[in-house]
Amino acid sequence: MSIAFLIRRILNAIPSLLGISVVLFTVLALAPGDPFGELVTNPNVPAEVRLALRAKFGLDDPVYIRYFRWISAMVQGDWGFSFVSRVNVDTLILQRVPTTIAVIGASQILAILIAIPVGVLAAARPYSLFDQIANTIAFIGFSLPTFFTGLLLILVFSVQLDWLPFVFTTEIRGTGWAWVWAYVRQSIMPVTVLGLFQGAALVRYVRSSVLEVIKLDFVTTARSKGIGERKVLVLHVVRNALIPVVTLVALQMPIVFGGAIVTEQIFRVPGIGSLLISAMLANDTPVIMGVTFVFSCLVVFFNLVADILYGWLDPRIALR
Amino acid sequence: MNEQDIRGLVEGVKSGEVTRRSFVERMLAVGIAAPVSTAILAHSGVAMAQAATTYKPTKRGGGGPLKVLWWQGPTLLNPHFATGTKDQDGSRVFYEPLAAWDPNGIMVPILAAEVPTRENGGLAADGKSATWKLKQGVKWHDGQPFTADDVVFNWEYARDPATAAVTSGSYKDVTVEKVNDYTVKVSFPVSKPFWADAFVGATGMIIPKHLFKDFAGAKSREAPTNLKPVGTGPYIFKEFKPGDLLTGVINPNYHMANRPYFDSIEVKGGGDAVSAARAVLQTGEYDFAWNMQVEDEVLQRLEKGGKGRVVINESGSIEHIQFNTTDPWTEVDGERSSIKTVHPTLSDKAVRDAIALLIDRESVEKYIYGRTGFASVNYLVNPPRFRSKNIPMEFNVDKAIDILEKAGWKKGADGIREKGGKKLKFVYQTSINQPRQKTQAIVKQACQKAGIDIEIKSVTASVYFSSDVANPDTYPHFYTDLQMYTTGPGFPDPGVWMQSYLSREVCQKDNKWQGRNITRYRNKAWDDLYFKAEEELDPIKRAAMYIELNDMVVRDRAVVGVIGRAGVSAVNNKLQVNPSGWDSNFWDLASWYMDA
Repeated sequence: MSIAFLIRRILNAIPSLLGISVVLFTVLALAPGDPFGELVTNPNVPAEVRLALRAKFGLDDPVYIRYFRWISAMVQGDWGFSFVSRVNVDTLILQRVPTTIAVIGASQILAILIAIPVGVLAAARPYSLFDQIANTIAFIGFSLPTFFTGLLLILVFSVQLDWLPFVFTTEIRGTGWAWVWAYVRQSIMPVTVLGLFQGAALVRYVRSSVLEVIKLDFVTTARSKGIGERKVLVLHVVRNALIPVVTLVALQMPIVFGGAIVTEQIFRVPGIGSLLISAMLANDTPVIMGVTFVFSCLVVFFNLVADILYGWLDPRIALR
Repeated sequence: MNEQDIRGLVEGVKSGEVTRRSFVERMLAVGIAAPVSTAILAHSGVAMAQAATTYKPTKRGGGGPLKVLWWQGPTLLNPHFATGTKDQDGSRVFYEPLAAWDPNGIMVPILAAEVPTRENGGLAADGKSATWKLKQGVKWHDGQPFTADDVVFNWEYARDPATAAVTSGSYKDVTVEKVNDYTVKVSFPVSKPFWADAFVGATGMIIPKHLFKDFAGAKSREAPTNLKPVGTGPYIFKEFKPGDLLTGVINPNYHMANRPYFDSIEVKGGGDAVSAARAVLQTGEYDFAWNMQVEDEVLQRLEKGGKGRVVINESGSIEHIQFNTTDPWTEVDGERSSIKTVHPTLSDKAVRDAIALLIDRESVEKYIYGRTGFASVNYLVNPPRFRSKNIPMEFNVDKAIDILEKAGWKKGADGIREKGGKKLKFVYQTSINQPRQKTQAIVKQACQKAGIDIEIKSVTASVYFSSDVANPDTYPHFYTDLQMYTTGPGFPDPGVWMQSYLSREVCQKDNKWQGRNITRYRNKAWDDLYFKAEEELDPIKRAAMYIELNDMVVRDRAVVGVIGRAGVSAVNNKLQVNPSGWDSNFWDLASWYMDA
C-alpha cells in the first residue's frame, strides 16, 4: 500500500460525495412541507411572519441556487445553521457525537465479542447441539427488528422488574463511580439491543467463513504436524477466516449508525440518529444535509479502512 | 337570568351590597360556573382577590431535582422565535411575561406589580390604552435590574420586520412607551376589548435589553444569549442541547417568596408520547410529561402503575369538520376551491344538515378520546363564557335520511343518493393520526347508512399542516369536500381566532393560501357582527356576540364541532401542578412542588 493509493482513493470519493449531496438536496427540495409548519396552525401568528422567515432563510429561491449556496459554504467549512433551532449544524452534530460513539462503539464491541467465539466454536463442531442452538438464536436475533427487542427489554427490565431506566440522559448527577455506574446502567439496554442485532448477523458470517477455511489443506497439514486443536483453530483457522469478517464489520459501521436511529428513538439516546429523525420531521434541510453528509463520509471512510485492513491481513492482496 | 340581572348584580358587588360569594352562588344557581362569574367580575372592573394560594413549602429550594419529559424537546430558547409550544415552554423556564393566564383564563401578575384594571386606573375608559406597573426589585440572572426599558425594548425588538419574530403579531399594531422606570403604557390604535396580548402569556415573555440590544433586526440570530438565556425566572440556565436536553439550577434571588421549591430542573426531549407517559405513570423515572397525545385507554392502563396520575385541563381546542363552500374539483384560474365556484352538492343546506346529523359525537368521545375530550357541536367552546348552549347536539340517521328524501336526493342503483345526475360522494380528509382515522370511520359508516358515499383521505401531518404553497394537500388549500382537524384560540379570548369565517380572510391563490378563512365562508351579516364585537368594550355583550357568531357558522353548517380537546399531562403522584390551557405549560413553574 502506498500513499499514492490513499490519495487516489480519497480523490475518487469526492465525486461520489458530490453526487450524493446533489441527489439528497433535490429529494429534500421536492419533499413537501417546510420548517415552519407549527406556525401555520397557530392562529395568533400572522401569515407575514411565516413568509418573512421563508424569505430570510432563502427557502423561496430556486433549488439550484440554494444548492450552490449550500455547497459553496460547505467547501469553506461553513455547515450552515438549523432552520429550527438556529444553531450551527456542526455544533449540533458535535453535541451528539460523544454519545453516539459511546453507545454504538460499545454495541459493536459487544457484537464482536459474542460473534467471534460463538461463530468459531459453532463451526469447529458443525451440526452439534451447540451449533444448532447458536444458529437458532442467531436466526431469531437478526430476524427481530430492534424496535421490537427494545420494547421487549423495556417491558421486562424497566416496567416489570424495575431494574433499569429506559430514558437515556446525559444529565447525570454525581461524580466518580456513581456517575460511571449510572451511565452504564442506562446504556445496558440500548447497547444490548444493538449489540445482539449486530452480533446475530456476525455469528453466521464467522461460522460460514470458519467452515470454509477449516476444510482447506493447510489446516489438515497443521493438524498432521501434531499441533494441538486449539492452536490450529486460533492461529491457523481463525486468522484466515477473519479476513472477510473484518471487511464486513468495517462496511457495517455506517449501517450501524442507520440502525441506531430506531434504537435511539426508543431509548431517547441523544445520538446523531435521533438528530436526523427530528430534523427530517421538521424539514430542517441544513441539518439533514449535514448529518447525511457525515454518514456518506463514514461509508466512504470505512470502505477505505476495509481495503487497508484486507491488505494487511492478507498480503496476497496488493493495493495499487 | 338575563343580561340586565347580571349587570345589576355586578353593580351590587361593586358597591358592596352583594358579596362576592353570594354573587358566585347566584350565578351558579342559574348554571354559570364559578370561574365564569369570577371572570365576569374581573372584566367588569371589580378588583380580584388573589386566588387563595395553596403553595405549601415555607422555604426556597430543598426539593431536589425536577425531571420533566417533553417528547418533542425545546429547540430554541428565545421566546420571540418560538415556533411551537415546546420552545415557549423551554423559554418560560428562564423568561417571564408581565402576567400569565391561569387555568380559568384569568390574568395573574408575574413581573407586573398588579394587573391593570379600570379601578386601579390601569385601563383607559375608551379602551385605547393599558398602563402596567412593574414589580420593583426584580433582577435578571446576571444581577442587572429589570426596568421599563426592558419592556419597551421587547416591543421594539419584536415589531421590527427584520427580526422576523414569531411574536410580531402581538406587537406590531401597538405603541409602547415608558412612563417612568417602573411604569409602561401600551396604546392601541382602536379600542381594544381584549388588550392583554402584548407582554402577557406564552408570547409575552420579556428578554433583557442589555444583552439583546446589539442584536435586534437582521442580526437577531447572532445573539449569544439566544442559546444561553438570562432571564428573571425561577431557574438559572445551565446547559442546552437543542431537541435533547435543557437544564437549569435554582435562582436564589427569585422575586417570589419561598419559590421555587426544586433545586434544579431537567427538561429531557425526544422519543414518543406513549413511552413518555410510561416513564411518568408506570416507572416514575420522570416527574412530569407534556402533551399526552395518547388514547385514554392506554393512559388508564399505565396509570395502574401507581406512580403518577393524568391531569386534564380545559383548552379552547376543538376537533371540527369543515364543509367546503366552493367546488374543490373544478379548476378556475389555476386554483381549485376557488371562491368563483360553488360546491355542486354541499351547497344544498339539506345535504350539510344531513351530514351534521350523521356525526356520532358521543361514540367518538366514549370510544376514542375518553377523558381527554368532550363532545361538542360548537366551534367556540372555551373559555366557558363564550360557549353557546343554543344548538342541540344530535346524532340521528333516520332524521338525516328524511331530510335528504324531502330535499329530493333519491337513492340510485348503487345505493348512493343523487339528484339531477349529481351524486352524494364526498372526499373527507384529515391528517394521519390514529384517533382521527377512527373518527373518520365512524362518520363514514353512518353516512353510508344514509346513502352518502364518503371517501376517506389522510395526509401526513407534516404536509397537511404546512404552509407549502405548491402542495395541494395542505389544509389551507382544502381541495376536498370535507376536512377535519383541531384548532383553538390559544388566548382566553376568541377575537383573532374567529377571523376564520371573515370574508376578507378567505384563503386563496391570491394570498398564497395564507388567509385564515379555510372554509371560504362568506356572509355579510357575520362580518358586520364580528367587527361590532371587536369594538365592544362591555365583556358581557361581547361574549353574547361571540356566541351569536358561533351559532351563525354552526347553523349555516360552514363548520360543525366534533370534540373539544383538553390539555393532558402525566404527573407524578406527589407533584403539585396547575396546568393552564391558555398559557405555557410552565406558566406557574415557580409554584410547582412535591407534596410530602
